[in-house]
Amino acid sequence: MEHEQQHEQYQELVKQISPKTPHAKRLILAFVVGGLICALGEGIAQVCIAFGVSQQHKRIIVPCALIFLAAVLTAFGVFDKIGKHAGAGTSVPITGFANAIIAPAMEHYHEGLVLGVGANMFRLAGPVLAFGTAVCSLYGIIYFFFLR
Amino acid sequence: MAKRIARSVIEFSKAPAILGQAAVAGKIEAEGPLAGKFSEVFMDERLGQPTWEQAETALQAAAIMHAMAAANCSADDIDLHIGGDLINQCTATGFALRDENIPFAGVYAACASFALALALAANLIESGGMQHVSCCGSSHFCAAEKQFRYPLELGVQPTPTAQRTATAAGAIVLSSASDKPKPRITRAIFGNVIDMGVTDPSEMGAAMAPAAWDTLRRFFQDTNTQPSDYDLILTGDLSQIGTHLLHELARQQAGLDLALVHRDCGLMLYDLIAQDVGTGGSGLGCSAAVLCAEVLPRMLSGELKRVLFIGTGALLSAVSPLQGESIPAVAHGVLIEMT
Repeated sequence: MEHEQQHEQYQELVKQISPKTPHAKRLILAFVVGGLICALGEGIAQVCIAFGVSQQHKRIIVPCALIFLAAVLTAFGVFDKIGKHAGAGTSVPITGFANAIIAPAMEHYHEGLVLGVGANMFRLAGPVLAFGTAVCSLYGIIYFFFLR
Repeated sequence: MAKRIARSVIEFSKAPAILGQAAVAGKIEAEGPLAGKFSEVFMDERLGQPTWEQAETALQAAAIMHAMAAANCSADDIDLHIGGDLINQCTATGFALRDENIPFAGVYAACASFALALALAANLIESGGMQHVSCCGSSHFCAAEKQFRYPLELGVQPTPTAQRTATAAGAIVLSSASDKPKPRITRAIFGNVIDMGVTDPSEMGAAMAPAAWDTLRRFFQDTNTQPSDYDLILTGDLSQIGTHLLHELARQQAGLDLALVHRDCGLMLYDLIAQDVGTGGSGLGCSAAVLCAEVLPRMLSGELKRVLFIGTGALLSAVSPLQGESIPAVAHGVLIEMT
């Protein structure tokens, strides 16, 4: 009991002393950068339309272009510097997904193509795929029985 | 002979001498307040090696080589090398010695490993069993990020409490044979494992401050001394938050003011305002490099006479916080006196 009380008191002290996360600043930056990425995606879509690309192809080209851009920026060591400030602004759009795959792939390159790159590239993106698939399946069941 | 003062507090009457020391560092460390004080600086983060792990090995090898040169001895003179690093299974340390013919003992107490190595080495020399023992500790920012946090290129935001793992190494050659005035290890203390229930791995300073205080408190009590008896009390890598907490613990529990004599290596290695290093430096290389590059030369110049060096280590692994474990910490110390 006395131990727990000491721990609680100490953790209270830690909380008082530790700097707080600058939420307002981070939210605004994430909003602005995330918005710019979306605007860029929309820009690419407009270019596609101008060149007479079909609606279906446009839906593939836009995410592919953003993924490619994020992958290149990751490979050249630029993405992490932007992400450090932009936070959710770069990690929530599809750019974050690309970054989460390329970064561990680069990190583990020297442990071999199979057990290094292959085994590690989905280390961070894997949970998104796993839970994304799970949620989609759940929604599919709900749709099938109630919304169809 | 070594004398037991109290439980795990030892006094060395022959006092092993620090024959030579050296510190090597990476680019950011070399641009900080200790610029120009390192034996060698590596502007290339990889040190010309293909992997971060090999880069840290090269860092260690360089520090050991420079320390032996400073001590004016060769690999054949070293009876034992005691060292550690933060990479799994201490590979940076072991690999650094594979081309040398030096008996090797790896130690691990996280970032307190260098202080632990010094305390063990002093015991071995004092016992008469060994003449020259070298010690080394290192850390590499990229190798540590890869092992403990995220891939380097991942665009994540650091928490406001985060510290920067130093890319640096420090090495010391301890000897029984020196009549010249040298910094000498006169006392050592081994620390308890202290856990105050801190669970966030980005709050290392907060996890380690209670361990540092426990070791300090016992040392003051058992040796019947107080902070003002020392020219400098040097902790390893508590950085901003941990330093604040240590001062607070000392004030609350013993009514002591540590602010006058205490400095932390994590705050000495970097310029927190000009450099993007969060709340300060951390890592095994941080305390090893600051001790070897800054503090020991200041002792040799006569500016400091009595330095109590306390290494602080957070004993977590990459998986332990995920399994819901809190972060225990340990602090080992040596008293270094100029005689």
